[in-house]
Amino acid sequence: MPANDPGASGATEFRMPSLGADMQAGTVVTWLVKPGDHVKHGDVVAEIETEKGVFEVEIASGGIVDELIVAKGAKVPVGTVLARLRSDGAPPAEVGAAAKAPAAIVAPSPAAPTPAEPPTKPASVTPAAPAERPTIPAPVTPSGRVARASPLARKIAEAKGIDLTQMKGTGPNGAITKADVERAALQPEPLARAPAPEPSIRPPAPEPLARPTTPPGTEAIAAMRHAVAAAVSRSKREIPHYYLSADINLGPALQWLTTQNQSRAVTDRILPAAVLLKSVALALRKFLGLNGFWTDGAHHPAEAIHVGVAISLRGGGLIAPAIHDADRLSIDQLMRALSDLVRRARSGGLRGSEMTDATITVSNLGDEGAASVFGVIYPPQVALVGFGNIRERPWADNGMLGVRPAVTATLAADHRATDGHYGSQFLAEIDRLLQAPESL
Amino acid sequence: MTTDDIRTAVLAALRRVAPEIDPVSLRTEVPIRDQVDLDSMDFLNFMVELHEAFGIDIPESAYKDVSTLDGCIAYVVANSPQAAKVKPGDR
Repeated sequence: MPANDPGASGATEFRMPSLGADMQAGTVVTWLVKPGDHVKHGDVVAEIETEKGVFEVEIASGGIVDELIVAKGAKVPVGTVLARLRSDGAPPAEVGAAAKAPAAIVAPSPAAPTPAEPPTKPASVTPAAPAERPTIPAPVTPSGRVARASPLARKIAEAKGIDLTQMKGTGPNGAITKADVERAALQPEPLARAPAPEPSIRPPAPEPLARPTTPPGTEAIAAMRHAVAAAVSRSKREIPHYYLSADINLGPALQWLTTQNQSRAVTDRILPAAVLLKSVALALRKFLGLNGFWTDGAHHPAEAIHVGVAISLRGGGLIAPAIHDADRLSIDQLMRALSDLVRRARSGGLRGSEMTDATITVSNLGDEGAASVFGVIYPPQVALVGFGNIRERPWADNGMLGVRPAVTATLAADHRATDGHYGSQFLAEIDRLLQAPESL
Repeated sequence: MTTDDIRTAVLAALRRVAPEIDPVSLRTEVPIRDQVDLDSMDFLNFMVELHEAFGIDIPESAYKDVSTLDGCIAYVVANSPQAAKVKPGDR
């Protein structure tokens, strides 16, 4: 990911990140910093809501928060400047100083070139001094829409026993956000800091007596569906896929796992999924051509191996956050990371970097799934590895027919970046690694 | 602890993994995974929940014994220190 250049002026801008190829705009759900706060690389500074949920977004550069440009509750396009920072020790921002600064957000996805003005745009285009710039206001919520709520908001509401139908949201289209729920939990504390209009000064919204027939969450699911649709449509439109498959004997790997798990507490048990992920991550070290991106008409293999894990969400939807440096994690670490990732994908708390950093995706159908999956590559990645269910099959070996637990591994890869021969060798490497599970 | 208490606690554990289940319509003698969409991670989390609720460590070799709700309850009765006070007459 691009290094953060502090720039001569020491000022930087924090922009609405692209948390995936399918993201056009995002909503600032909460600011976790305020002007004057010191931040350092990797600090979570805001919660951003997209069609895929609410994410904790980190900042790439340290410094002092100068100004929050976009108010919480406002929905703005990817690339919009959300906040300005100055370097530690620097005076507060001067006119035009920030305009030369590079984008500060961690890992802008190579997928989505930011539609906003490039950071190098002449300062003259930037109107007024940053300090005088009016904060972009939160949109007025249309009344009467009470069913929309972010997944995180729903979870908190459920935990605190708050009835979402009695609330008005400050998010996009009146969506109820985490902050709204937290405010409601603190009632009767006044809603002093809410940027959205006070409910009391509006005419009482006609609360529908009969609830809409659609159950809660339907709109969130529809938004998720829309996001998935955008990503896969782009993939199939732009990426010339080729597909390969290989059946892999998992006898040795499962035997090793059984032995391992016998001596482990239930909380430390390892699933086959972790073993499969590790084999992919290690195999990628020798096949970096499948690890990385196709952007701006060129292949950009990545050195770091961040494996995106396709996770289906209860109630519908799909998300593929990354496990960073998966090849460098032990099986135990990888299992814990996987377990943590699935938990957060379903209940909130994913980081923005986890949504942008994946260099490849693995789709594991699990033991209740179909025999194989030929995946749709998540742009701008160049490959997707699929695993079907693990089941016993007749297995011919050394002139003998036996029964082995086996899995069908598949590769969907971008033919612009690699060829079938290369992909075949990659699947063979995964097979080879899985025959010696103790060295994974 | 009565078997009804155990049943309630097992269902609560399952519900923490799969919040959408309807305990009333769940058939106790049919494998849970035939009725509820649980992947292997969910099932492991269910085992962890039972571990936390009852202080039992269900080995993988016993997974077949806890595939149904009835099986879970019987396993807890037989193995949990918390459930040790269950008497045959308790219902």
